[in-house]
Amino acid sequence: MRFLRLEPGHGEILLAEGDPQVEREQEALVAEFRRQLDLGMAAAVPLQAPAGRRAAELVKSFDEVPRDAERVIFFPRAAGGR
Amino acid sequence: MLLALGACALVALALCVELLAEPLQGALARGRAALGGGDRSAAAPFDPGRELRAERRARALLRSCVNREEWEMFCELGFIRVWGANVGERAEQGAAYAYLIYPHKPVVGYLVGSGEVIGEYCVSFPREHLGSEGRLPDADDVLAKWMLLTGDEQALLATANVHLPGRQIDPQRLRADLLRLERFERRHRAHASAGRGAAGPQRR
Repeated sequence: MRFLRLEPGHGEILLAEGDPQVEREQEALVAEFRRQLDLGMAAAVPLQAPAGRRAAELVKSFDEVPRDAERVIFFPRAAGGR
Repeated sequence: MLLALGACALVALALCVELLAEPLQGALARGRAALGGGDRSAAAPFDPGRELRAERRARALLRSCVNREEWEMFCELGFIRVWGANVGERAEQGAAYAYLIYPHKPVVGYLVGSGEVIGEYCVSFPREHLGSEGRLPDADDVLAKWMLLTGDEQALLATANVHLPGRQIDPQRLRADLLRLERFERRHRAHASAGRGAAGPQRR
């Protein structure tokens, strides 16, 4: 599982990578997940729905991330724009 | 007479100061920068390829997240159409409402049947508090909105500042975009059915 973050002027950056089945790596992923939320990020998991449809699932904690997810994308939490 | 001449001289002097103030300030700032006293971050070397590389990376990520039709839509039309959540499986029937996601512009909601615009939903992804400069690449901005809309449409609507149609996106441009979208979809459907037709006999 990879954690990516959308970065201005750069595109995505890789924050962390690990296997959630491995205890130590999972702990690191959980810690990074919390850190990103504390920084004001939102997290989404891109999914492939049936019939070729695609969607994302917004997740608020590491427990909500599907265990087979390949990546979690962090991006700045949305605010009302002008 | 002397008084009038004095007044004219004062006015002329004030005009000269006004005209010369800006060039003088610029020259002073350049001088400070040359002496090393200026803002060093502002003097950082400009990399013309940086934005291009960022956009390329962002496009690759967007492509890997959306489906083929949406990706082609973005490449060809410059925006992505997302069905409203309440449309669900009826999307193919052209029912209800949808959104157009433009990079760095409001998300536009519209009625699919009539093309009538419902409103402009303005959202931003502020990062100033993290000390980041600049804005997300176009494709990343579209991806973030796409993830929000497909992940939790109601949350996006609750967060967005809603404006009447035409505030930021010209209604004429919008009508033209909806026509382009219609043509795009017609062509897409024709290709899909031609593909099915061609694939049919081969399976037999």
